[in-house]
Amino acid sequence: MSLLDFVVLIGSMLGIAAYGIWRTRDRHSLSTYLKGDQTMGWAAIGISVMATQASAITFISTPGQGYQDGLGFVQNYFGMPLALIMVAAVFLPMYRRLNVYTAYEFLGRRFDAKTRLLGAALFLLQRGLAAGITIYAPAIILSTVLGWRLDLTIILSGLLVIIYTASGGSDAVTLTQKYQLAVIFGGMVTALIVLLVKLPANLSLTDAFTVAGGFKKLEAVDFSLDFNRRYTFWSGLLGGLFLSLSYFGTDQSQVQRYISGASLREGRLGLMFNAVLKIPMQFFILLLGALLFVFYQFEPPPVFFNQAAWSVGVQHDPGEHLHSLEQKFAAVHSEKQQLIHAWLDAKHAGDRQAEGEARAQALAANERSEAVRAEAKSALQATNAKMKTNDADYVFITFVLNHLPHGVIGLLVAAFFAAALSSKAAELNALGSTTTVDFYRHIIKRDATDAHYVTASKCFTLLWGLVALAFALFANLAENLIQAVNIVGSVFYGVVLALFLVAFFLRWVGGTAVFWAALAAQMLVFVLYFSLSISYLWYNFIGCAACVIFSIALQAAIGSDGKTAEIRAT
Amino acid sequence: MMPPDHPIAAAEAPREPAETNNNEATGLPWLHTWRGVYIFVFGCFVLWVALLFALMTIFS
Repeated sequence: MSLLDFVVLIGSMLGIAAYGIWRTRDRHSLSTYLKGDQTMGWAAIGISVMATQASAITFISTPGQGYQDGLGFVQNYFGMPLALIMVAAVFLPMYRRLNVYTAYEFLGRRFDAKTRLLGAALFLLQRGLAAGITIYAPAIILSTVLGWRLDLTIILSGLLVIIYTASGGSDAVTLTQKYQLAVIFGGMVTALIVLLVKLPANLSLTDAFTVAGGFKKLEAVDFSLDFNRRYTFWSGLLGGLFLSLSYFGTDQSQVQRYISGASLREGRLGLMFNAVLKIPMQFFILLLGALLFVFYQFEPPPVFFNQAAWSVGVQHDPGEHLHSLEQKFAAVHSEKQQLIHAWLDAKHAGDRQAEGEARAQALAANERSEAVRAEAKSALQATNAKMKTNDADYVFITFVLNHLPHGVIGLLVAAFFAAALSSKAAELNALGSTTTVDFYRHIIKRDATDAHYVTASKCFTLLWGLVALAFALFANLAENLIQAVNIVGSVFYGVVLALFLVAFFLRWVGGTAVFWAALAAQMLVFVLYFSLSISYLWYNFIGCAACVIFSIALQAAIGSDGKTAEIRAT
Repeated sequence: MMPPDHPIAAAEAPREPAETNNNEATGLPWLHTWRGVYIFVFGCFVLWVALLFALMTIFS
């Protein structure tokens, strides 16, 4: 990175944070600190909801998914529009009617204190873990490729977000997210334009799509009923529906964003904004990855995209096995490139038979190329058994650093940090709010002043920030990073969602039945997760269904507990 | 076992009047009801899936 890149990066990050602190310097009541001044329009809410969900992992890791596996990951979001419709129609009106600060207050009104605390505790557990991942994920990648110290990257980015989130509360999060999202989209669109410009001059966009499609990178929809496939239309629609319903309907980091709207209308339209735009947004990020694959068919790629790890491996490889694999990979790539040219020439000439033959040969060459890559990864791991061999997360950042002009590199790195800060801020804000409202004010100190609760909320936000920092400093992740976040969510979300669905739709089920049912269902999900190999998205459905069924059975077994299912506050 | 929630809820700070208007107008030019908005959003989802399927089929 050059001086210009650092000026763009540091200027944009510090400028946005300082603006958030300055604009929210007068938030002294608990209501304005936790929910803002409730003047947010639908566009601000929509942007805030989008920025909260889209972490740095989305922009660093997703293009790598597109490069490696194609567009199939977009199916993960197929359940989201339906979930957002349900949240707008059922959850949001209920939260606004009861005027709650947190989603778990609703559980307390509907059931009892222990169910409220269980919901809040499950949220704090899974979101606390995810908060560590969202700060660790970009830091490990950026520090590796930029040569920065990992601990300093984590601490400096973590402290910045802690300061402005604790200082300004909910409004600071929403205000800064608006400008951070502008930096993110500015960076991603610039990267896509530069990528298209850098494709070979004689390669049309149709040719690029032909190559991507020929190598199966455009297979976006898979209608198969194979439960072992990670992403299918059905797992995305059903599992994704439950994941999204739980995330948007019951996760305080999202609930806090849309209950801060000026009216019910603004909140609903903000959610519908995301319901319409999320799938095309994810599609374009994945397409960027698929086009990166095409780009690297004409430009020699590294045999292993985590170049820092590769360099370390080379130093510990006295037999120069890694070096010989690099040469072997380059030779196969050159052969593949010629076959792709032959394939496209045949296509342009209208010779279907030659086109088919050249394409088949190019696919075979690609398999040989992947075999060399697999061999290289094994050889790299032989130099150090702890070496991570999944390099998908490094594909996009490698392209950014090697092929974008100075200034734009700074913009892209700023975009990654902006995404990290925006999602992290919403998480810390929600963790601080839930700890204050559902635990501290509810159990420890019930009759303090507003100013006391604001101070407590700031302290809890700071505390959660430090916990996330500690987790990030000691994290060691094996999965692709974006999958790791979704897996943690999927293990917990189904049960939390079930608490709310029982509250809304099974009015004869009481707090005791749903509380024990939730604990049993969560245990079941843990056991299944460690014993089955099905797509993790299904755990959202399994956890939810198990909790609902157990609740009905337990309520039938214990009979009426004297509590009506009507919400007490109504 | 913890006590029921409502005595504690009553001890918490008083809240502002709650919003109860579920029939609020959408304020959109062509979609006057929320049911219409939801159908439009669902239609967009179907359109996205159809376009993705078409892209996959054309370039497979």
